[in-house]
Amino acid sequence: MDDLSFTVEPGRVTGFLGPNGAGKSTTMRVIAGLDAPTRGTATVNGRRHAEHTAPMREIGVLLDARSAHPGRTAFAHLMSLAHTHGIPRRRVLDVIEMTGLQSVAGDRAGRFSLGMGQRLGIAAALLGDPAVIMLDEPVNGLDPEGVRWMRGLLTGLAAEGRTVLLSSHLMGEMTRTADHLVIVGRGRLLADTTVDAFVRRAGGGGVTVATTEPAALRSLLTRPGVGVTGTGEELTVSGLTAREVGAVAARHRIPLYRLTDREASLEDAFMDLTREAVEYRAAPAGAGEAA
Amino acid sequence: MTSVPVHDVTVPRVLRAEWSKLWTLRSGRIGLAAAAAALLAIGVIDAVGYDPAAVPEDGTVPGSRDAVAIALTGMPFAVLAVAVLGALGSAGEYGTGLIRATLTAVPRRLPVLWAKCAVYGGAVLAVAVLAATASFLLGGLALPPEADAPSLAEPAVPRRLTGAAVHLSLVAVIAVALGVLVRNSAGAIAVLVAVLLVVPELIGLLPGGLPDAVRPYLPSSAGGAMTAAPSAPDLLGPWAGAAVLACWTAAAVAGAAVRLARTDV
Repeated sequence: MDDLSFTVEPGRVTGFLGPNGAGKSTTMRVIAGLDAPTRGTATVNGRRHAEHTAPMREIGVLLDARSAHPGRTAFAHLMSLAHTHGIPRRRVLDVIEMTGLQSVAGDRAGRFSLGMGQRLGIAAALLGDPAVIMLDEPVNGLDPEGVRWMRGLLTGLAAEGRTVLLSSHLMGEMTRTADHLVIVGRGRLLADTTVDAFVRRAGGGGVTVATTEPAALRSLLTRPGVGVTGTGEELTVSGLTAREVGAVAARHRIPLYRLTDREASLEDAFMDLTREAVEYRAAPAGAGEAA
Repeated sequence: MTSVPVHDVTVPRVLRAEWSKLWTLRSGRIGLAAAAAALLAIGVIDAVGYDPAAVPEDGTVPGSRDAVAIALTGMPFAVLAVAVLGALGSAGEYGTGLIRATLTAVPRRLPVLWAKCAVYGGAVLAVAVLAATASFLLGGLALPPEADAPSLAEPAVPRRLTGAAVHLSLVAVIAVALGVLVRNSAGAIAVLVAVLLVVPELIGLLPGGLPDAVRPYLPSSAGGAMTAAPSAPDLLGPWAGAAVLACWTAAAVAGAAVRLARTDV
């Protein structure tokens, strides 16, 4: 991690994104107090995690699906964590219900699938009714129904005014769940932006048009603020909507056989962003890196 | 948001958590039961088969073992059981990843160590006092009339039986501490077996008078001194033995505290 600094706001889901090895998990482990930073601090609600008198009330953490003893039942695992904060049994039963673990609460955690382990980890994170929830790759190992459930849960938690930070290396999943994105590569902050802004930057708003008269259409469309690229009969237009391109073509009786809003390729934008970071890092040989 | 009662983390609450962890794991219940069973069963079986006239294999005087020594014949096995119990209780958290959940809930970390030591030490102490006393009383019924069988009312008898329980309790605490130091169940158990069973044998290889000078201060001998008959040779007195074993325990716990507080998990 190298001078990574960002603030996560309440009331929205913030996606923490970066390629594998970018430092996402390390950052979260530092925040949770499991790893010590070589220098600098990580604070939750203004204090280091260890300085809170009731840490589970401040932040709920899911770092690893494997953080329960396989020989202990899900209920006993949650109850032992609840005891540290004097949390009553009924709250343990509540989080078991919220995570859909009722039918397996009496089973040993060692018999759980990866997805059930994730749910158990989330149940533990929610025990203290925390204002901040931080989850590392929470959809890992979940089936499609589980992914949808997780998305609803996180959006609901944010809607209640909580701060939700989740990491992923999957761009597509992130844009469906998160409102805000923090993107890191090689321990550096690459972007701190809303999902909408990132989508726009990724090329959203562009138009793909295919015509039998590309040269004519190109000269009609080209003007300041509009870019036209492409070879053959397919052109890519930026700065205009599909509706505007269609109107111009119709006015000049130019036949079109395809006209679509360009799909914003978030994965491509994400790859471009992180590749730049890799190239940038390649020049000065690892000076001052502490992650 | 509905209001959920969430209170500050305190040492009593962490104790409560560790107490529940001990009893909700099969290895915890089995470890305690095994230690108790080893003391009781082996003590009673030894009493039933005891013949004061027979020459013991270790060459001591026939009839020199009294009812307390016979009641505690199972001590080596009980020591092994509580060593494994303690090591699994702490090192097991690292192998399974549970330690991350534990330390996220109690990020000050050290209360977890204090609580684990208190819970394992306390549970073993209570179970061992009961088992050693039961072994003495039941074994006493089976001993032949000519055996040296002091009554429970003699001050040395409760002292020696309690000494055995304290010995087991401190071994459990040392095991918890070693588990935190080594962070690996198999590794911690191997170190414990080496320290408690192998080193006492190897010490004899030292030259000159060194073996006799060093041996009384080993954890196993110091623990044994607490249960020995008042006239036992080559051992420290019972209180000195207790003090030496307590020092070993304090050193192990101090090492564990430094490791727990300083190292990433």
